[in-house]
Amino acid sequence: MQQNETYNDHVVRLFLLASAIWGVIGMSIGVYIAAQLQWPSLNFGIPWLTFSRLRPDHTFGVIFAFGGSALMGTCYYVVQRTGHARLAFTKLATFTFWGWQLICLLSMVTMPLGLTQSKEYAEPEWWIDIIIAVVWVSFGIVFFATLARRRIRHIYVANWYYGALILAVALLHIVNNLVIPVSFTKSYSVYSGAVDAMVQWWYGHNAVAFFLTAGFLGMMYYFVPRQAQQPLWSYRFSIVNFWALISVYMWAGSHHLLFTALPDWVQSVGMAFSILLLIPSWGSAANGLLTFNGSWGKLKTDPAAKFMILSLVFYAASTFEGSMMAIKSVNSLSHYTDWTIAHVHSGSLGWVAMITIGSLYAMAPRALGRPMHSHAGMELHFWLHMLGTLFYICAMWAAGVTEGLMWRETLPDGSLAHPFLDSLIAIRPYYVVRFVGGLFIVSGMVVMAWNLWHTAAAARAHLIKAIPVPIPQPTPEQNPAPLAETER
Amino acid sequence: MKFPIRYEHFEAIEKRAWLLGVLTAVMISIGGLAEITPLFIEANKVQPSEGLKPYSPLRLAGRDVYVREGCYLCHSQMIRHQRFETQRYGEFSAASDSVYDRPFQWGSKRTGPDLARVGGKYSDEWQHRHLENPQQLVPESNMPPYPWLTKKKISGADIQARMRVLRILGDPYSEADIESALAAVDGKTEMDALVAYLQGLGIDNVLPKAKQ
Ligand code: HEC
Ligand code: HEM
Ligand code: HEM
Repeated sequence: MQQNETYNDHVVRLFLLASAIWGVIGMSIGVYIAAQLQWPSLNFGIPWLTFSRLRPDHTFGVIFAFGGSALMGTCYYVVQRTGHARLAFTKLATFTFWGWQLICLLSMVTMPLGLTQSKEYAEPEWWIDIIIAVVWVSFGIVFFATLARRRIRHIYVANWYYGALILAVALLHIVNNLVIPVSFTKSYSVYSGAVDAMVQWWYGHNAVAFFLTAGFLGMMYYFVPRQAQQPLWSYRFSIVNFWALISVYMWAGSHHLLFTALPDWVQSVGMAFSILLLIPSWGSAANGLLTFNGSWGKLKTDPAAKFMILSLVFYAASTFEGSMMAIKSVNSLSHYTDWTIAHVHSGSLGWVAMITIGSLYAMAPRALGRPMHSHAGMELHFWLHMLGTLFYICAMWAAGVTEGLMWRETLPDGSLAHPFLDSLIAIRPYYVVRFVGGLFIVSGMVVMAWNLWHTAAAARAHLIKAIPVPIPQPTPEQNPAPLAETER
Repeated sequence: MKFPIRYEHFEAIEKRAWLLGVLTAVMISIGGLAEITPLFIEANKVQPSEGLKPYSPLRLAGRDVYVREGCYLCHSQMIRHQRFETQRYGEFSAASDSVYDRPFQWGSKRTGPDLARVGGKYSDEWQHRHLENPQQLVPESNMPPYPWLTKKKISGADIQARMRVLRILGDPYSEADIESALAAVDGKTEMDALVAYLQGLGIDNVLPKAKQ
């Protein structure tokens, strides 16, 4: 056995940096399109700056560029440390970094130019999809090969979620993007109409499930015990939740298509499984939160822990909301309105962004070998992010319920009470509040990028030393080792 | 802690990466297969071609502009089975309305009104002016202006290529249909095509009543 093996943290650092940068870009675009919904002339008559061309850039930028880079970076970090092994295939790992950045760049440039498949969260055209598939498979190879060379027999649960993310996204991506190209700029889906709708929302919902949930749960299961400096509340519970989550999620996609032309039975199945989904979702949230039992004091002193605790609260809240919205009578009101947007952002700003930021703050000092440059900066970021998120989602809840009620309100004679335009006029003030909330959030992200940059600068000056892999004696019959023991 | 499933059952999986991978793949495949396969079978049974024609060349070009500009991000094309929806927008949307839509354009957000049956609601002239500058007609609107659509002409050869691809996918275009495309889009702008598309919504893509 080699004694001088070191962790490959170079690629982790690259992803970390990329994630921070894309976070600022993706969310700035979010603020810009939020502003356009209020002041439409802000596109200055330029096609590629127009709301409808830029909105996919926002969703791709935050989900795949910001979230994706964070997921891949933390995945590489976690799989090495929980397996006590260096990442397999150093060159391939570096390739996945540059490949992924290329994909993000290509997508974010081509979509505003009008190259789009118009499927939400799968807009990039076919040739970008092929590059995505290649890079994603490479990512899978690096991950599973590293698992294969691990020195700890038990595969820690965080890796289960990362593994499920890799497999599920590969499957979803390939099935949903089957097209026949006409040219480099245009292709037609092999599915049409109702079948296409079902395939798309099977994809869309499970992109949420595996990209925005399972992957980030992996992050949570590693970094929360790490930051709480306590073992996971219940390891067994996390395993049960894993199987429940991945098997139930795949059934729930049709809750995006309630009351539509999709056959009734598919809608009912989707609704039933969505309600069931609450159980494993709250299971994971509870497991994470209870892990902090006994170290709640960190809420006062540790910004990374604060982000994590709040993210779990938002995770519980948004999954509860989601399950409620999947009930037909609620969806009848919420569908098509800004209520969906509120749900999306309580999930994404509350859960996804906060667990990512918390994990970045937990990981950066270890990957860079220095404490964070500014503690006050992290505190400031926390408050900016939390206030901005509350502004955003409260405003959109109010807007969504207003729209939903106005669209259905009837006069005593049975005619509709409001023309469509009235509802738009009624919610315009909320759009301003959302815009302000967005400004808060982006300012926080800029503070984070600045903070990371300075931490990295200090680290560069002191030459980052690679961290040697602790090589344990193999123990044939060990229980799942709690983090405190496997980690140093 | 007591759980209905004995923990020991998971031990084997936990120590074998390949088993974990295989089981995960199985679990994630079941749901999708169970829901999508029956839809495929059903879709293959429906023969829309009996009552419905595929998009005319000009409307096809218009539809592609609609997709490119991202109109679906603010407009739905799916009137749900709800009284207050049918009252506002007209008869609810049937699955057959969108059989030629690749991809579908049902949408998920209504910043603007549903467009599934907007065809014929306004004059061509209104549609042109509205798309060029919505605020001129509806001052409170937040729809973006699309003035650049009047500047670009539709390419006939491009539309023919698109129709050929759609034919491979099963849309019943005849050779004559494809030939006629050149003349049909000659001299038309993207704006003309988009308006033609909008004006046919809820009219050209709806099965005649008798056959329903
Ligand atoms: C920012 C969201 C937004 C985008 C993007 C958008 N619209 Fe609109 N649209 C609206 C709103 C709001 C209204 C209602 C007010 C009005 O008539 O301008 C509307 C109204 C309409 C109407 C009139 C519907 C009726 O029943 O009165 C049509 C037709 C229309 N839009 C077509 C389009 C097309 C075509 C595109 C893409 C090129 C598009 N819209 C892009 C928001 C949007
Ligand atoms: C500064 C923070 C942000 C702002 C101001 C913002 C703003 C917006 C706006 C204006 C929309 C369009 C809503 C509409 O069409 O009515 C939107 C959509 C969306 N955003 Fe954000 N956003 C932010 C952060 C994020 C983050 C961090 C994520 C994910 C990780 C995210 C994911 C999404 C998604 C998935 C949609 C599409 C929702 C749908 O189609 O239903 N956003 N956002
Ligand atoms: C138990 C878990 C969840 C359930 C049952 C659920 C359910 C739902 C429902 C019913 C909708 C509305 C569909 C519609 O009317 O159009 C929706 C939309 C959405 N949800 Fe969730 N949700 C859950 C968790 C989450 C989480 C954690 C996120 C993370 C970010 C999330 C992201 C989204 C997004 C992005 C959309 C908008 C899709 C679109 O229309 O473009 N959801 N969800």
